[in-house]
Amino acid sequence: MPVLSLSRKLEILADAAKYDASCASSSAPKRTSRDGKGLGATDGHGICHAFTPDGRCVSLLKVLLTNFCVWDCAYCVNRVSSNVQRARFSVQEIVGLTLDFYRRNYIEGLFLSSGVIRNADYTMEQLVRVARSLRQGHDFRGYIHLKLIPEASPELVREAGLWADRLSANIELPRAEALGELAPEKSASAVKRAMGLVRRSLDEAAPDPKARAAPRRFAPAGQSTQMIVGADGADDAEILARSETLYGAYKLRRVYFSAFSPIPDSTSRLPLQAAPLLREHRLYQADWLMRFYGFDRREIASAAPGGMLDLEVDPKLAWALANRERFPVDVNRAEREALLRVPGLGVKSVDRILDLRRHKRVTLTDVAKLCRGIAAVRPFLVAADWSPGALTDSAGLRARLIPAARRAPMQPRLL
Amino acid sequence: MTTLVRLASELDFAGWRTAARALRLNGVAPDQVAWTVGREAELYADAEPLPQAPETAAFAAPRAFLALAEALSMHRAPERFALAYRLLWRLAGQPNLLSLITDPEVERANRMAREVERAAYRMKQYVRFRKVADEAGGEAYIAWIEPEHRALARAAPFFVDRFANMAWAILTPDQTVRWRDGALEFGPGAPREAAPKDDELEAMWRTYFASTFNPARLKVKAMTTQMPKRLWRNLPEAELIPSMIAQAARRSDAMVANPPSEPARRTARAIQRKVRDAPYDDGYRPNSTQEVWAAVDACRRCELWRNATQGVAGEGPARAALMLVGEQPGDQEDLAGKPFVGPAGQLLNRALEEAGVPRDLTYVTNAVKHFKFEPRGKRRIHAKPNAGEIRACRWWLDSERRLVKPKVIVALGATAGQAVFGHAVSVMKDRGAPESLGDGATGLLTVHPSYMLRIPDEADKARAYALFVQDLKQAWSLAA
Repeated sequence: MPVLSLSRKLEILADAAKYDASCASSSAPKRTSRDGKGLGATDGHGICHAFTPDGRCVSLLKVLLTNFCVWDCAYCVNRVSSNVQRARFSVQEIVGLTLDFYRRNYIEGLFLSSGVIRNADYTMEQLVRVARSLRQGHDFRGYIHLKLIPEASPELVREAGLWADRLSANIELPRAEALGELAPEKSASAVKRAMGLVRRSLDEAAPDPKARAAPRRFAPAGQSTQMIVGADGADDAEILARSETLYGAYKLRRVYFSAFSPIPDSTSRLPLQAAPLLREHRLYQADWLMRFYGFDRREIASAAPGGMLDLEVDPKLAWALANRERFPVDVNRAEREALLRVPGLGVKSVDRILDLRRHKRVTLTDVAKLCRGIAAVRPFLVAADWSPGALTDSAGLRARLIPAARRAPMQPRLL
Repeated sequence: MTTLVRLASELDFAGWRTAARALRLNGVAPDQVAWTVGREAELYADAEPLPQAPETAAFAAPRAFLALAEALSMHRAPERFALAYRLLWRLAGQPNLLSLITDPEVERANRMAREVERAAYRMKQYVRFRKVADEAGGEAYIAWIEPEHRALARAAPFFVDRFANMAWAILTPDQTVRWRDGALEFGPGAPREAAPKDDELEAMWRTYFASTFNPARLKVKAMTTQMPKRLWRNLPEAELIPSMIAQAARRSDAMVANPPSEPARRTARAIQRKVRDAPYDDGYRPNSTQEVWAAVDACRRCELWRNATQGVAGEGPARAALMLVGEQPGDQEDLAGKPFVGPAGQLLNRALEEAGVPRDLTYVTNAVKHFKFEPRGKRRIHAKPNAGEIRACRWWLDSERRLVKPKVIVALGATAGQAVFGHAVSVMKDRGAPESLGDGATGLLTVHPSYMLRIPDEADKARAYALFVQDLKQAWSLAA
């Protein structure tokens, strides 16, 4: 095999890692190097250091240790039967790149994953070595996200949690059967067992007020997973149900949705066309409503006929249009929960409205100043100087709101 | 009469504070104050000087207001000092003023403060250090950036947190900051030339930036709202963006249009073992056209493999709207391992081109995958496959149909017709009449291209060829 330059390896192994949507560097505990030692800091908020033309943020050095892989997962560009060029970093090379990039303020830290070489334990051990070298050898205090190799031994997973801020194992597909068919070596139950192990270790590491000794450190930024949308037949309702189950069972911080996109050297077992990015966006919006707006999954599904979220309007507006008897809401009197359900009002807008109404009667002009677009809000709100009258129940409301809803997507871009 | 305030610099918040206190204690209304920085004061020849603050008098401003005023002082808008003083003035009669967040002046001040915060945040995002050797022989990291507002002081602690044990400096046109011996030193602005020109790692960073981009999901606006173009000139990676965008569609289309490549040798061997050792009908089903390509060579479903060089599977994209099925590989195809490369293949290519059918979007295969022939001296003479051989090989054709999912299947000649339609057909009687097949595809029968090669009369040949092109055109329009 030809000897590859470091730059060529980076090209191959970053390209191979880019199908993982997660690039978050948030939720890490506060650390600095102001004590005169070490390099780096985290403060709980991730920072995006660049944006590529796909609109995704570049926060971490996201690479594979190697794209050699003994598995044959149909959706993966690195499967054994694919003809992509292969490369492998040495531990020193990744550690060096991470530190060099970090010192120049290009990145928040490292997100390391790998193809499976030899077996799960050997591969996991390699990933752990990189993290250990960064933390112990170089006193690196930036962010580290390690990918879990399903079926790696519990000892290795525990050590991974000692060095990493976040761990993740990808469930890949909403349907377990589809995973069995597309990824013969990767079983959904092995992924779930890995997530279960992380959950147990997270529970053990939770501070216990009665215990004297501080618990052992374990992945303080928790765990996440990723689901590919549009590669199997699962509809949105099924995907949301699956993600709700995962959040509950494994205390995930985040379920990432990744619209299936064609990969180089694809296999004919997969659809050739990309799933619409808008579908991915709608799923994130629905996920947001469930986690921060007090919506129940069934409520969202009830406004998604045929199990698919409306692509024309966001899920909150779709729900409001289907439940107009609950509107209009009085902006000067309604509870926070009721205001959060008004289309076009985000958590921040609602909190600012609640603040303001302690000092004065809130008018529609006030609301307009506190939200992103008043057109979508107006039909659902009563203010000091405004009542929507018949507008709330008018037949043409949906049609009137479509362009406005498209102009102001409410979902924050990333976490 | 206008009262004149002279501030030492654009960032003189302490000066503003002293002046604002004196003005308010003396009851000078906001519309009677001119706020100037440096030499601007020369424009106001006949203005009153700033009065002294009375020694005994005092008033309290809310802490939140001071934080807001300090943030405002970093904004580039010239009216920021006047706006801050107006708010201070109004606070005297309206202590809850800052809670009225929709008041036009409060709203404006809050918006400007947010813009300052964002400028500071963008420095945290987009400062790019360049490494240099410092005087003492160690290394120092120096960055040049042009922030939207003069927010360097807001951003500096962030860099101390993470780079407390490095020597570094950030240069801006308004202000510079240097981290040395455990302390931040602020200094006057510096020109771009004061910063290093390059860094050895920037090429590597550009490589990473380009490689982590997925051309199949282009969302330029999502990028530019976060990373506006005016910032690009200080970002080493940004020079790549135009060409990344320009090539994205082509790269992504190529991924879809490119036929799957031949499987790696090791996979091919594994598949061949599976095909040879496992029973065909229960159990093994090829999962990709690549597997068909690899496995067909190991097929022993009939005896034709014994004399042929190799099995020849189809060729084309993983999914295609149009599938062409010929009879069997000929002499050339048997040697090359690819369908339709001999004389009939050349004629087919010409006809496809005339009919406007792109061959690279079409899946081309044969009813029978091994070459059947009779040796005649030094030549191999084509022999027609019998019904048993066609039936045995249908397993492969059906696999290809299941995987490629064509909308239209064109059977070239009677053998192909029998394989595609599942019963004997007459080319001259049935050609050109679309027939629905069980799997949702439409079947269409026409002649085999080698038929034209055998017509002796040139005029007859031209007529037959024109009809053939006509049939291909019809198939393509059905597939569209």
